[in-house]
Amino acid sequence: MDGAAPLFRMEGISKRYGGVRALEKADLTVTAGGIHAILGENGAGKSTLIKIMAGVVAPDEGTMTLDGREVSFASPAAANQAGIVCIFQELSLIPELSVADNIVISDPPKRFGMIDRKAQRRIAEEALARAGASDIHPCALVKDLPLSRRQMVEIAKALARKPRILILDEATSALTAADVAKVFEVLKRLRSEGLALLYISHRMNEIAELADHCTVFRNGRNVASYPAGSKSDNEVVELMIGREYSHIFPPKPGPTAAAATVLEARNLSWADRLDNISLSVRAGEVVGLGGLDGQGQRELLLAFFGVLRGLSGEILIDGKPVSIASPTAASHGRIGMALIPEDRKTEGLMLPMTVRENLSFAALDRLSKGGIIDRAAEQRLIDDMVGLLAIKTAGLDIPVGALSGGNQQKVVIAKWLMRQPRIILLNDPTRGIDVGTKQEIYQLMRKLADAGAAILFYSTDYDELIGCCDRVLVLYDGGVKRELVGAEITEHALIASALNIHGEGAGPRQGVGA
Amino acid sequence: MKDWRYWLAEQRGTLLAFGIFIVMFAIYSGNHPAGFTANVVQTAANKGVLLAFVAMAQTLVVITAGIDLSVGMIFTLTNCMASWLVIGTGLETAFGVLAVLGTGLICGAVNGAIVIYGRLQPIVATIATGAVFFGLALLLRPVPGGSVKEDLADFLTGRFFGVVPASLVALLVVVLVVWVPFSRSEFGRAAYAAGSSETAAYMSGVPIRRGKFLAYTLAGLLAAIGGLFLTFFTYTGEAAYASGNAYTLFSIAAVVLGGVSLFGGKGSAIGAIFGALAFRTIGDLLFVFDFDPLWQPLFQGVILLIAVSLGAFALFRVRNRLEWFL
Repeated sequence: MDGAAPLFRMEGISKRYGGVRALEKADLTVTAGGIHAILGENGAGKSTLIKIMAGVVAPDEGTMTLDGREVSFASPAAANQAGIVCIFQELSLIPELSVADNIVISDPPKRFGMIDRKAQRRIAEEALARAGASDIHPCALVKDLPLSRRQMVEIAKALARKPRILILDEATSALTAADVAKVFEVLKRLRSEGLALLYISHRMNEIAELADHCTVFRNGRNVASYPAGSKSDNEVVELMIGREYSHIFPPKPGPTAAAATVLEARNLSWADRLDNISLSVRAGEVVGLGGLDGQGQRELLLAFFGVLRGLSGEILIDGKPVSIASPTAASHGRIGMALIPEDRKTEGLMLPMTVRENLSFAALDRLSKGGIIDRAAEQRLIDDMVGLLAIKTAGLDIPVGALSGGNQQKVVIAKWLMRQPRIILLNDPTRGIDVGTKQEIYQLMRKLADAGAAILFYSTDYDELIGCCDRVLVLYDGGVKRELVGAEITEHALIASALNIHGEGAGPRQGVGA
Repeated sequence: MKDWRYWLAEQRGTLLAFGIFIVMFAIYSGNHPAGFTANVVQTAANKGVLLAFVAMAQTLVVITAGIDLSVGMIFTLTNCMASWLVIGTGLETAFGVLAVLGTGLICGAVNGAIVIYGRLQPIVATIATGAVFFGLALLLRPVPGGSVKEDLADFLTGRFFGVVPASLVALLVVVLVVWVPFSRSEFGRAAYAAGSSETAAYMSGVPIRRGKFLAYTLAGLLAAIGGLFLTFFTYTGEAAYASGNAYTLFSIAAVVLGGVSLFGGKGSAIGAIFGALAFRTIGDLLFVFDFDPLWQPLFQGVILLIAVSLGAFALFRVRNRLEWFL
């Protein structure tokens, strides 16, 4: 980058989580007085990269140099001291403390060993003003502020630490348009003051307005680095996708005669996370939910499953409106719904309990007579499931926590199949499991659909959506932004609509909600 | 102009506890045969401050989102120690007091070390250490007995200028010397931060461990001050299991009454003090209305139930049912 000595450099950084490779020999160079955008799809390694910069996780290998000297950070506090401050996507504010308390939290001003409240108040007011958020009262408790205000406090807090390198990870995702404009003013001013800014965002228009330089990440590597504006949106999307295809998906049946609609939502809204969602799933159909992580997909599945309160809109089963008050209600009777949760360790399984117990939990009412479990019936059903899913276990009476990740996930699925559900909701079921098991799950999904189940399938992996789904609904900001059907489901279309850019060649359908 | 509103919102729990106490105490003294006299106030104060000290101790730990089930036993152990050591010449008495307070500090530090560095659940860890502390108390005082420096005891349990209960003044001094500096220090704030959201606190580079450790340690000190005052009131030491446990449980009730959140991160020891005084007054109300004392545990239990139910009201506002289990 135009000859200026780099302020900060990362070289050959690798990081693995268990068997999963998050970063592989990644490089990054940051210069003072510039805004550097980092792009990449879900799981490309961006988050890991900045966590390493900010001292949250330690790299497995590689070096970091600041001002030409090699550095390593044992904790976020150490990185802060070196002048690297990160505004995380998950907010790092303490809800029960006041705005001023939070702004000075890492290094409060002191007098006689006690926190100097007047000085604290002054620092907080200055920082809020610098962030363009003077409307926030420094005495307000953070938990009483709406999300967009909290985000502004987060920015003020970062500025109060006098950073040399400021990292913004999706820092504008919760902001209103007016706030975004203010934050951009602030960021441009900071750039002119000589700070280095790293900007991570999925919003292409923001990057176009702000960035001086861009680096694209894919599969844990930096694949391209170029001055901002030298590539078109389409070229950038190509870079983010790469070309890695695998043929592990079962064939799709293709368009068939319209079966009956089993699950339908009309104008579903919840808090500020779900926005007027309408969709329908027919028997025998696999409908995918796409989009960037955290655009409301998880909440949508929870809404169907009776977990959310204060839902507005209608849910229809077999064309009749129902109200689903709890997971028990969702899974029982004529609704017959199952949710394969995202986090199998906390929401799917009781890890210390046996495989047998875990398999039976969701179906206990069907297996028992007069409150007593019919052991023989249980055994028959369990044998069926272990066979159907080819669960590899040393026995039914060992703790499920002893199984491999892939087999644990099979147990979660089997547990719900024991109820023979008609509607199956899957929340990113293949995250963190091996390719072989993934393939089995894809085939199982198609088999269940062929047997008449209605399947709603959320995945953060675009390949899966393309390979498995008859239709894909792309969510953005809590609403359905596009519906892709059949051959329209391409990586290009998925990514373009996930980023909410209406790129050319991305198909004619826009903003359709089934 | 709007600052006071925020202050008011922050102090709501404390003010509510203060209000409950005032109402209860007005009913109590209004119906007391002797009426609102210095004597009645002194007796009530002496009973109330014991629980107030233990409740302050509990507050420090609860703020970190922990719980200390050993405070009552530290209170009992230091009572037994004081009945051996706080006696003799002025110098010997002073050393005795320091030894008793030092023991409290050590007990608290042990709890803190186990919970923070041993990563054990606060409930389990403090049940275990509580049993150990009680065991030590039993070794010190297999049977009730001992004595205490009586002029010091009488001075601290009597009245200043004939009206102000000395025990209340002592409570005020402890608040100023222990609670105020703690709550305004960096470590005090770290304790609040850790109780409110430990991950956010870690991400912000807050000294979580030192804050929590200090909270547990000072909790031990405050419980020991309570134990010392128990000795001043009774002139003896007794390893009383039931009373130790009752103080532990009542301290939790007092803390909740005082507006301290059992989820951590919120509340003040001042609130807990009024919670303790109110709880004691509720217990004594029955006497002025000539009820059979047999009714006292039942009546106090009902109040305790109501108090802890208040903390559960927040669940009605939860909109994602999964958050019930967080």
